Amino acid sequence: MQPIISFENFTFQYRAQKEPSLADINLSINQGEKVLIAGASGSGKSTLANCINGLIPFNHKGTASGSCKVNGVDTSKLSVFELSKIVGTVLQDTDGQFVGLTAGEDIAFSLENNCLPKEEMLPQVKTAACKTGIGDAFLDTSPFDLSGGQKQRVSMAGILVDDIQILLFDEPLASLDPSTGKNTIALIDKIRHDTSKTVIIIEHRLEDVLYRDVDRVVIMHDGRIVSDMPTAKLLSGSLLREHGLREPLYISAMRYAGIAPAEEHKLARIDQLTLSQGDKATIKNWYQNLPPAEAEQNQQELLRVSNLNFTYPSKDRTLQNISFTITRGEMTAIVGTNGAGKSTMAKLICGFEQLDSGKIELFGQDITEETIFNRAKHIGYVMQNPNQMICKPMIFDEVALGLVNQGIDEAEIKQRVEATLEICGLHPFRNWPVSALSYGQKKRVTIASVLVMNPEIIILDEPTAGQDYRHYTEIMEFLKALQAKGVTVLLITHDMHLMLEYAPRALVFSGGNLVADLPSATLLCDPVLSEKASLKETSLFHLAAECEIDDPAAFTRCFIEYERAKS
Amino acid sequence: MRAGGTKTGLSYIDKNTPVHRLTGASKLLMVLFLSLSAMITFDTRLLAIIVVLSFILFVVSRVPLREMKMIAGFLVFILAMNTIITYLFAPEEGVRIYGTRTEIFHIIGRYYITQEQLFYQFNQTLKYLAILPLALIFFVTTEPSEFAASLNKIGVNYKIAYSVTLALRYIPTVMREYREISQAQQARGVDLSKNVKITTRVRGMVSIMFPLIITSIDRIDRIANAMELRSFGKNKTRTWYQSRPFKKVDYFVITLSALLIVAAIVMGIINGGRFLNPFV
Repeated sequence: MQPIISFENFTFQYRAQKEPSLADINLSINQGEKVLIAGASGSGKSTLANCINGLIPFNHKGTASGSCKVNGVDTSKLSVFELSKIVGTVLQDTDGQFVGLTAGEDIAFSLENNCLPKEEMLPQVKTAACKTGIGDAFLDTSPFDLSGGQKQRVSMAGILVDDIQILLFDEPLASLDPSTGKNTIALIDKIRHDTSKTVIIIEHRLEDVLYRDVDRVVIMHDGRIVSDMPTAKLLSGSLLREHGLREPLYISAMRYAGIAPAEEHKLARIDQLTLSQGDKATIKNWYQNLPPAEAEQNQQELLRVSNLNFTYPSKDRTLQNISFTITRGEMTAIVGTNGAGKSTMAKLICGFEQLDSGKIELFGQDITEETIFNRAKHIGYVMQNPNQMICKPMIFDEVALGLVNQGIDEAEIKQRVEATLEICGLHPFRNWPVSALSYGQKKRVTIASVLVMNPEIIILDEPTAGQDYRHYTEIMEFLKALQAKGVTVLLITHDMHLMLEYAPRALVFSGGNLVADLPSATLLCDPVLSEKASLKETSLFHLAAECEIDDPAAFTRCFIEYERAKS
Repeated sequence: MRAGGTKTGLSYIDKNTPVHRLTGASKLLMVLFLSLSAMITFDTRLLAIIVVLSFILFVVSRVPLREMKMIAGFLVFILAMNTIITYLFAPEEGVRIYGTRTEIFHIIGRYYITQEQLFYQFNQTLKYLAILPLALIFFVTTEPSEFAASLNKIGVNYKIAYSVTLALRYIPTVMREYREISQAQQARGVDLSKNVKITTRVRGMVSIMFPLIITSIDRIDRIANAMELRSFGKNKTRTWYQSRPFKKVDYFVITLSALLIVAAIVMGIINGGRFLNPFV
């Protein structure tokens, strides 16, 4: 059978780059296969996707050698438009790719551009919407009233209206919370079964994609394909760790307990994992011999929010009667569904919004009436996208901005900025333009620009969004080092690994209420509460249950401690 | 955009009236033709007809006056300003046009109130009263996503027409981003309040606009790719999900408004110019 996609000795180099982004790619994918292409940032996986959908070579210029064929035809002989009739691409930015003013219009976009008469559009739009679970009732809804998951479903419907053969997903989980991500993976699987189309998923969050069967996993590293094998075989080896990818936690736990993961364990999916009685006993035994995870010591109270009430400017939502305290030097995760109130809570603490009633105290002092700028001397706020914060061309000036605005004298500014850059590992770059930095380094610049004000607390909005495992670890280890210096850290996040590994405590918001304040490990071992917070339970919870361990949360905590001690 | 529209009063209001039922394209042509004829002629009788027509349309389309308060106030203000400025700069324009001079009284210096000037400015006000409600009606009774389709139907290139949709789609996103960036910058001491010098405020604006522009350029790039991957720009034309077929009433409305342009030209010939002159 002729493969539907085939790369032969394919090499591609972007015009502005010195090194090829793809080198010696040999890959063939057959009709109806479901393939996951994984790899760290910069591994070339997105470039590979762009070669399949035709953005390369038509929109991103560069030089290519070898061949890349879709449906037996070399892509350079086709156009983006011709390829889009064969390959449907769902991009990672759920909001950015929604170009219509209503869901129906967005789904019809491709039909419009292909000049389909209006009368024929509506039935096709309805059929496509039905396939992705967008009801008829949503067709007239504007994107402002749709959640990220719903927008993604609209985008999927928007490519399914065409009779395409290949569905290409470019990091479909990147902008979704874990619970919605889980539904997306299930939906992709359903579409594949209903339509028997070829499915290609580009993603570095391996464990989440493996929630449903995948035929093959292709791993990329530095522009090359370093592994191409069935899922179960890959998981039994050690290739993932070697290439900066996160191994599913339950498999790591098996290794730590001394079990060599093998194909007969059916490793690919936690719900199909098959362990012998001996294996289960080994894991249980390993756990029972671990020292119990240390309880946190109580420390000085830093921030206290009491009986806070807030009505949104649009008046349709509220935060009700929120009370909690944060102690000095802790790292806490604020979690919950989008729109549950977690970002608003952060904004209220920073003074961006004014509360209706209640009190916010810092070191026992009421700061409810303080201005944004005065609070900023104690409370730093780092936005999700560093490009939203950086406003100076040079790194030094960017970090100095807050101090300059405080009217501090030049000598002190220089000394404080240099000291902060030192802590953030940016000192060698102090005279560089910001544009020369990577995304992760820019993130550090924004953290530095907040730290320079010497705040007692910093609040970070989704600090690890869109980061691969290596960059994620880099940022989080850096925050942990800050925490060790006495800085208190609040994280607004959907990232379950982050919570498990770095934030021992979680505040769960739901529908404008603070519904739980508990250890993260306990939260992620509670399926009901996890669902409420748009998270999902960790696979360690299932492993613990499988091995008949009574306290899955304690098991999870011990696992994390063990892993930390090991590295 | 049934929900999430802006609150300026210039957004679509979903109702089922004869005006709402007209297609966007015929409404656009009607507004253009009526405005054009009101612009051409200074004939008071014809202007009065257009004003009456446009007020009838206003009532028929059931534009809720309460929601229009802000925008109506603004338009009245513009109208008043325009009248005053016209008088201040050209107090003798009526006299020049009509060729006679019938003083009523003298105010100060070169400023006299003349019958000719009053008549001229009365006609000018009629023109505004004819055109402004029409524009309001168009915005309030046409679904935003039908804008682009209507523009394209009257001959505007679809790539340009679609930019209207894109603007409506992404302006709220950019506004939200502006607000968020501005909050984060205020935390770093950027002061945009009236308490600081204008130069400080300008510098503050720059530190908000810079990141806003950078993130917007990123977004435009992503949108362009997304659109191209779904065949935007493939053909010379495209069809529209939101377009509706013309009915008899659409042709009727277009013909009627086109006739008013003809009437404006005919009256010009009869009156021997754009102006109807009652003073000779």
